[in-house]
Amino acid sequence: MNLAEGVQFVSFIILAVLVIGAALGVVLFDKIVYSAFLLGGVFISIAGIYLLQNADFVAAAQILVYVGAINVLILFAIMLVNKKENYAPIPRRWIRKGSAAAVSIGLFVLLSIMLTRTHWSVDLSVASPALPIETIGEHLFSDYLLPFELASVLLLMALIGAVVLARREEIEGETTAIVGELPAPALELPERPREPVA
Amino acid sequence: MPLEFFLVLAAALFCIGIYGLVTSRNAVRVLMSIELLLNAVNLNMIAFSNYLDRQAINGQVFSIFVITVAAAEAAVGLAIILSIYRNRDTVDMEQFNLLKW
Repeated sequence: MNLAEGVQFVSFIILAVLVIGAALGVVLFDKIVYSAFLLGGVFISIAGIYLLQNADFVAAAQILVYVGAINVLILFAIMLVNKKENYAPIPRRWIRKGSAAAVSIGLFVLLSIMLTRTHWSVDLSVASPALPIETIGEHLFSDYLLPFELASVLLLMALIGAVVLARREEIEGETTAIVGELPAPALELPERPREPVA
Repeated sequence: MPLEFFLVLAAALFCIGIYGLVTSRNAVRVLMSIELLLNAVNLNMIAFSNYLDRQAINGQVFSIFVITVAAAEAAVGLAIILSIYRNRDTVDMEQFNLLKW
């Protein structure tokens, strides 16, 4: 093992410990805000692991999209549904938690045995592209052109869908201001107050 | 560094995400667990593209699509959570039983 491989190995170990520890914190912490910030830690550490594997563009996209958009969106959601809530205790909940933990650990053991026993035909003699972003761009505009365009349509649909879902119902007939009357106050949509369903 | 390290790390992240998805009671935490699952998948894609498909890095293109879909999913999911919170006044997963037998 030469120096470069050693540095790679040590940084992989550090990043892996960060990923696993922060992910456990996301799942196990009581306070949801701690979970949200630790989720940002998971995303940044995973971007570091991408950098270790010559995927610099994906690492940048990971930080931009996950940390910059999704994590901030989750923090906003926490802020908007911020209610001190004492969950009603459920009898025999520990059975559910225990069985879920057993299933997860069993799945992990199964996957690791399968992964370590498989013979992967790794061929490291092939040179990886010096600039991965060029290869990715060629893929996106040749053989992945249809998925690329579909992704843009999907993003537009998600944008409109999120707006429609998160908006409250408008009151019928009050949105149009008649000429000569007082216009509706600016920056305010007339909305119907909603009674919570039991 | 062998390929198995990355795959085992992704498997561990996936299992943690499954555990959080099943057991958490806060709806926002369920969304976070889904993001963990998607990240585990991405980690696998990048590892395979770096070790088994070095010339034409198809895995990186796939992971970019996964990131796109994850962004759309997070936006719609959080809108759904907001709408549920407005109607039911809670984010407790145990009380969302409108579609439960």
